[in-house]
Amino acid sequence: MTSTVEIRNVVKRFGKVEAVRDVSFSLPEGETVALVGHNGAGKTTLMKLMLGLIRPTSGSITVLGDDPAAGQFEARRRLGYLPESVSFNAALTGRETLAFYARLKREPTTAVQPLLDRVGLSHAASRRVGTYSKGMRQRLGLAQALLGEPRVLLLDEPTTGLDPALRHSFYEIVEELRGRGATVLLSSHALTELEERAGRVIIMNRGIKVADGTLDELRRIARLPTRIRLKVSDVGLANVPNWLGPVEGWRRVNGHMVEIDASAESKIEVLRRATNEGAPVEDLDVIPPTLDELYAHFLLSQEAAR
Amino acid sequence: MRNILIVARKEIQEGLRNRWVLATTLLLAGLALSLTFLGSAPTGTVGVRALDVVIVSLSSLTIFLLPLIALLISHDAIVGEMERGTMLLLLSYPVGRWQVLLGKFLGHLSILAFATLLGYGAAAGALAATGAEIDAESWIAFATMIGSSIMLGAAFIAVGYLVSALVRERGTAGGIAVGIWLVFVLIYDMALLGMLVVDQGQILSGSFLNALLLLNPADAYRLFNLTGSAGVSAFSGMAGVAQSATLSPPVLLAALAAWALVPLALAALAFSRREL
Repeated sequence: MTSTVEIRNVVKRFGKVEAVRDVSFSLPEGETVALVGHNGAGKTTLMKLMLGLIRPTSGSITVLGDDPAAGQFEARRRLGYLPESVSFNAALTGRETLAFYARLKREPTTAVQPLLDRVGLSHAASRRVGTYSKGMRQRLGLAQALLGEPRVLLLDEPTTGLDPALRHSFYEIVEELRGRGATVLLSSHALTELEERAGRVIIMNRGIKVADGTLDELRRIARLPTRIRLKVSDVGLANVPNWLGPVEGWRRVNGHMVEIDASAESKIEVLRRATNEGAPVEDLDVIPPTLDELYAHFLLSQEAAR
Repeated sequence: MRNILIVARKEIQEGLRNRWVLATTLLLAGLALSLTFLGSAPTGTVGVRALDVVIVSLSSLTIFLLPLIALLISHDAIVGEMERGTMLLLLSYPVGRWQVLLGKFLGHLSILAFATLLGYGAAAGALAATGAEIDAESWIAFATMIGSSIMLGAAFIAVGYLVSALVRERGTAGGIAVGIWLVFVLIYDMALLGMLVVDQGQILSGSFLNALLLLNPADAYRLFNLTGSAGVSAFSGMAGVAQSATLSPPVLLAALAAWALVPLALAALAFSRREL
């Protein structure tokens, strides 16, 4: 697979602050990659570096074969960007705004109407952007990022301010572009936001790349315990070790519940015993580690290593 | 070039939409018309050179008003878009920063030129319609006055951009813009006058004075228009100055042009070095 974005040992300092510290990764064609991290983790800085809006202090960046900061505009024509909390001039209408950006990308203005339809803004196209709600502005932002069939799409916190239905249609559009071979980089401050849409996740913390891989890979690396929750009768509560056997890390919650953090190896064994004939278990839930827990794990393990 | 025109077109579109164009044109036309008719009341309408009187009063109006309007529309151009976040998106497009700046300049200058042409033209038109006799020389002087007024506007737009490219906040840009207007339009001349009175022609040479006059675009404009044509200088009471002036109209025009180009180039430089 050819990669569209190459980042090698990039460092970016703003005065004394190191916003990005020695980060390397490459993004292949036709993949959705999530860039996850707290506010200030360096996500937006990385995107600005890829756009060539700022230059790296050291290291090199290649986007679609060009150095983005070299002043070559050829690559930018095939690049879509949606900034965090996008804003537009309030005086122009949605259609005029989109037509302006289309002209800058040398796209025919006939491309404007289909895009407005696609993001569901055709009814408001002749209204001034100043009257738009946050969700509508976000959709207009997405529409401008989609101008000119981009091969690389950089979306900075794209789903904030979108209601669930819009979020769904947003991911559909992204998925469609990815299917046609575009690289999509989504940034987010929480893994749950992404709803498992991204094929690959890059976790950033304080400018450092903490983890990089598919969600399954990350789960394997993190070795987070699966939570098993048992609803137990009064009799069973008194002598849990007797029927459950020697299990590390179990606790009582809410009176009648027993909660066990089971590692990948002991998971099956615990379930077997809990469902054994005669075990005083009335109900049972198995809760795999959530994305938030996974995320927290990587952040904590990096903080601990410092 | 195409990018510059695209940005300029959007700037004009915005100006039309948020009524900058309308407001400026109406303001200039209103003031020009009232100056034309009320201003000629004391001299009566018998004067053969009615338009020359208008030129004198309009160029005085220009010195106060056009720099103010130019600074008002320009001080926000860069820092305002950065603060609102629209600049980030614009610069992610295949367009250079200098193209954005030149495009904005072209757009803002067109707005100002349109308003000046229409506003002042209305005054001249109204004068001609009332049957005043106007000869060709007066028309040329009037056209020159409008042309140099637009150049004065261009100079202050460029200065406004320079401020806008240098500061971090919109409020600062606004404050500095007001300060620049006060200095160039009011304080500079008063200080110059005071200096001459104190000096009594002892130390300061004529060439030094000339240099000081060229260092202020408003003064260059004033000298250019009030001494430019014989008829006008007679009315403006500057005939004496005109005879002794060593600054020729081309030099004054060049000074105005430099006042537009140098700050614009500096603004482009400052803008290109800014981190987003």
